Amino acid sequence: MNYYLLIPFLPLAAFIINILFGRSVLKENAHWVSILAVAGSWVVAVATLMDVISGKTLNQNLYTWIVSGSFKVSVGFLIDQLTAVMLIVVTTCSTLIHIYSVGYMHGDKGYYRFFSYLSLFTFCMLMLVMANNFLQLYFGWEGVGLCSYFLIGYYFDKKSASDAGKKAFIVNRFGDFGFGLGIIMIFITFGTVYYEPVFNQAGSFAANTVNFLGYDVNLITLIALLLFCGSIGKSAQLPLHVWLPDAMEGPTPVSALIHAATMVTAGVFLVARCNAIFSLSETALMVVALTGAITSLFAATIGLVQNDLKRIIAYSTISQLGYMFLACGVGGYTAGVFHLYTHAFFKALLFLCAGSVMHAMGGELDIQKMGGLKKYMPVTYGTMFLASLSIAGVPGLAGFFSKDEILWLAYSGPSPVGKLVWLIGTVVAFLTAFYSFRLIFLTFHGKFRGTHEQEHHLHESPKTMTITLMLLCIGAVSAGWVGIPALIGDAVGLENWISEFMRPVLGHPEGHGTHAEEWMVMAISIAAGFAGIGLAYFLYLRRTDIPARLSEQFSWVHRILFNKYYVDELYSLILIRPTIWSAKNILIGITDAKVIEAIVNGVPNAIGSFSRQLRKVQTGLLQHYAMIMATGVLIIVALMLLR
Amino acid sequence: MVPLTWYLMLSAVVFMIGVFGFLTRRNIIIMFLSVELMLNGVNISLVAFSHYLQDLRGQILVFFIITVAAAEAAIGLAIILALFRNKATIHVDEMNEMKG
Amino acid sequence: MQPVMPDLGPVFPETVLTVLALVLLLADLVIKRKETIGLLSIISVTAVAYLLAGSLGTTFGGMFISDGYSIFFKLIFILNVILTVLISVKYIQIEKIDYGEYYSLILFATLGMMLMASAGDLIILYLGLELMALSTYVLAGFMRRDVKSNEAAMKYFLLGAFASAFLLYGTSLIYGLTGTTDLKAISSYIAGHGLAGNPVLMLSLIMFAVAFSFKIAAAPFHMWAPDVYEGAPTSITAFMSVGPKAAGFAVLGRVFLTAFGSVRTEWVLILIPVAILTMGVGNIVALSQTNIKRMLAYSSIAHAGYALLGIISGTADGLSSVMLYMFAYAFMNMGAFAVIIMLRSEGFRGDNINDYEGLAKTHPVPAVLMTIFMFSLTGIPTTVGFMGKFYVFMSAVEAGYMWVVIIAVIFSAISAYFYLRIIMYMWMREPKEAVELTTSPAIGLALLITATAVIGFGILPSSILTFARLAITGF
Repeated sequence: MNYYLLIPFLPLAAFIINILFGRSVLKENAHWVSILAVAGSWVVAVATLMDVISGKTLNQNLYTWIVSGSFKVSVGFLIDQLTAVMLIVVTTCSTLIHIYSVGYMHGDKGYYRFFSYLSLFTFCMLMLVMANNFLQLYFGWEGVGLCSYFLIGYYFDKKSASDAGKKAFIVNRFGDFGFGLGIIMIFITFGTVYYEPVFNQAGSFAANTVNFLGYDVNLITLIALLLFCGSIGKSAQLPLHVWLPDAMEGPTPVSALIHAATMVTAGVFLVARCNAIFSLSETALMVVALTGAITSLFAATIGLVQNDLKRIIAYSTISQLGYMFLACGVGGYTAGVFHLYTHAFFKALLFLCAGSVMHAMGGELDIQKMGGLKKYMPVTYGTMFLASLSIAGVPGLAGFFSKDEILWLAYSGPSPVGKLVWLIGTVVAFLTAFYSFRLIFLTFHGKFRGTHEQEHHLHESPKTMTITLMLLCIGAVSAGWVGIPALIGDAVGLENWISEFMRPVLGHPEGHGTHAEEWMVMAISIAAGFAGIGLAYFLYLRRTDIPARLSEQFSWVHRILFNKYYVDELYSLILIRPTIWSAKNILIGITDAKVIEAIVNGVPNAIGSFSRQLRKVQTGLLQHYAMIMATGVLIIVALMLLR
Repeated sequence: MVPLTWYLMLSAVVFMIGVFGFLTRRNIIIMFLSVELMLNGVNISLVAFSHYLQDLRGQILVFFIITVAAAEAAIGLAIILALFRNKATIHVDEMNEMKG
Repeated sequence: MQPVMPDLGPVFPETVLTVLALVLLLADLVIKRKETIGLLSIISVTAVAYLLAGSLGTTFGGMFISDGYSIFFKLIFILNVILTVLISVKYIQIEKIDYGEYYSLILFATLGMMLMASAGDLIILYLGLELMALSTYVLAGFMRRDVKSNEAAMKYFLLGAFASAFLLYGTSLIYGLTGTTDLKAISSYIAGHGLAGNPVLMLSLIMFAVAFSFKIAAAPFHMWAPDVYEGAPTSITAFMSVGPKAAGFAVLGRVFLTAFGSVRTEWVLILIPVAILTMGVGNIVALSQTNIKRMLAYSSIAHAGYALLGIISGTADGLSSVMLYMFAYAFMNMGAFAVIIMLRSEGFRGDNINDYEGLAKTHPVPAVLMTIFMFSLTGIPTTVGFMGKFYVFMSAVEAGYMWVVIIAVIFSAISAYFYLRIIMYMWMREPKEAVELTTSPAIGLALLITATAVIGFGILPSSILTFARLAITGF
């Protein structure tokens, strides 16, 4: 028996213990079980990483649930380089966020419930990344979706929270529908849902076409795009990004764990895991790259003008996820996963800092009403500042290395859209730095703009929270040092460890460019980052009158951005309202509510009344029973005679 | 020599009389007797087959059927007795406590 | 002629069971505490189960076959006895029917089922069937002072005798046609003489189909089931819904796949409409039931319909899936009845669906268990009920009956409504009046066994599936 089994099953055990005994026995101590379990998982995950580094990968079927012909549902684990990195990301973030939640959720009436959901989520996420077949991946995929739904709607007595939960669930349905179809296509094509045979044989199907909705499309492209549908939903890419900002209704630790560090990156993980399929289809890769690039630009511009603390970070998350897809789309899966890994640290940190600020502000989220918090909460300020430097791509910090790698690959890689997405990526880097520091300056610098009561209440968060912030901060600063680009690494004698490490699973596309070009790309991205920070400094600390003037002068731009390009309204206009309108006017108006009634209630009612009619056949009289039996015999005889 | 078909026709007729009796009569005892009639119809055909096939199995089965029918009669009468004690009737029409 | 002793090895477990059942009947005279007799009957069947392993073989000139197939079903019957006795002990005291014969009759009925499962000859089949039927008639009417119980026994008895007559008529026709009652000989005669389409054969096929449909409660020969299930003592309802149904499927599989295997295309034409009608009637009428025993009766009818799909597919996989289905059904149905029995207490019937309102608030553990059993009956994954359905449906799909499976899935979706309604009542409604539960260690044990099996075999079905597949090698 392998000890890696402990990784997913410790959190599962914690979930079971909490859900069974949480309410009656554990109560205020519910966190102990969950934290110990997930910390145990972390320890084992580290040990597993060590094993993988020493070259021990593993692909093992644990147990088979059902078999029918070639169809097989089983639980199996694939432990390779990609899994190992994901395990570290998931267990580290999860452990720290569990600890943070002790302070953050203190005194909440559903304390044990919160921790049992967190454990369940961790279990599902681990099953997702450790799967060795698509069905188990799908199980984990739906599992994390369900947990996300529970946790977004955690404050279920708040209408906006339960609405947001529903929205996340429904929007994800669209993506998952495609994903499910993709898995079915894989099973039809390859006759199996196991990664290994699928990825090995994918090449031999590269030229096959299939008729889809009347068009002949390349089979592999179709599969890749269907799988990517799942990614779009789960990782909140255009056009299915609308659920993520609303998901901020959930408790902040949830936003940090699920909607920043782990679950939303599952889409990137999926693309990276299926790189053997995606790499075969240039079309699919291009779609991935462009979707990522456009989404990242789109979300970054929205982030510029938002005032809700958590939503800004949420848009930043969407934007950074776009970056990861951009990386995968130009063939830089390693760079994508590397960014996923660094992003998990600094983004989780940003959210937790935001949580800390909310804690101090008594739930206030509007950054226009904050300011000057620096002196009240130094730890939060310091860590958030570093996290923002990291996301802005300041050299030496985690975000810099992964971002630089992506941009260089986009610029120099073989992708036909490479140059274009590089340009977009650079612009986004500038925007990211700008809105991140806008957030910092508005929140922590300047004068406090809130009420007196709030000011009086300002305080640093409890130890469980600040310690977590500091621990995560170490990650946000140093996580990138495993991927120092060869350009610099050669000079100081460090290798790009992560690229070498991931090469067996993800390959390693080489950029084709001179050193000079590479220096140029790096310089431009650094310049973009500093320009963004500088501009934010100038606009929000030096000349605070300009932003207001700008927004007046370009009020239409501001309006569009502030209203998030009216995507929600667009959906409302083209999807939701027509449905409701036609329901109200056509159906209710014309048929006086009878048609809808017939559709919604009619079928069950018809069956119900049919049932009550059919009941009358059972009269209770023996003779009738015998008569029905005899009639049955006669009918069967007639059936056989007339055949 | 009586041909086999005659026996079979008799058997079928007796069986059908049993079926009709079962379907039409309301008295439990008569209904039960109708079932016995059906069994005897089967017995006739079994014995006839047995004779024409020169094979003993059919007659052995008949012995078993008669025995089982006797046991069945005992149990049936016991059930009817218990029922009569509670309801003072043996008409199936009056027995529809349970329906639907 | 030297008298030759037949090989008694294969029939040894049945012999032992006969002796032990008779011993229990005698012991009843001296033992005052009837729980002891219950315990003894459990010990008896456990001993028989132990003997089963060594009983492989054929004896009495092929009349009695003890093969993997029959042993698998016999284990279901024995399990059925154990669970029935466990849930009976306390219940029959409440109903004031704690007589020793109760247990003996259960054993005799089980003996009948075991003979049915092992029957290699229509004569044995008939005898086993009658032994089972006569014992259950008595058990159904065991509450002698209860009018409903009397009525149940009377209906079951008369209709059962009526159906038996059809079975005999079919037997006599096939005997006349082939000159034998041995299943294998019938099979080779039919195949050898190319009798497919022969009207006499068809008529006898119909007669068999009718008689077996009656036993498994398939429409339109199911009419007895709801009334009998409602009127009989609840423990016996549980017993009847598992044992005789499994025995019915055992003979259905044996007779139709062995004796009539070569005319499969003919009997499939009978069984498909029967199966569809069964699923339809069972699931639809169950929707509007208010008595839970009656609801489970219709549910039991519906499950017979699903299981028929395995017979219809006619393959080895189909047959093993039916076996798995019966195995699964034994646990989930017994579990559900165990909870129902717990609600019965002195002066409170507790068989109305409304009695389950708010059960989760007052008695969470039984509510959780009932939820598990209802999920399993619905066929929700990770329960054994899902496994049963999945394999039956898959075998039918592979045999090319996709359209029947689609219908089955639709009815299965309808069935969710009435199973989940119980769950909804338990968890989402406020309790009206305090419901007293009758608990005992025995029933606790029964619930433990059933719930563990429902979840355990739902998650790890491979062992039992492998067993079922092994059991039918050489069938």
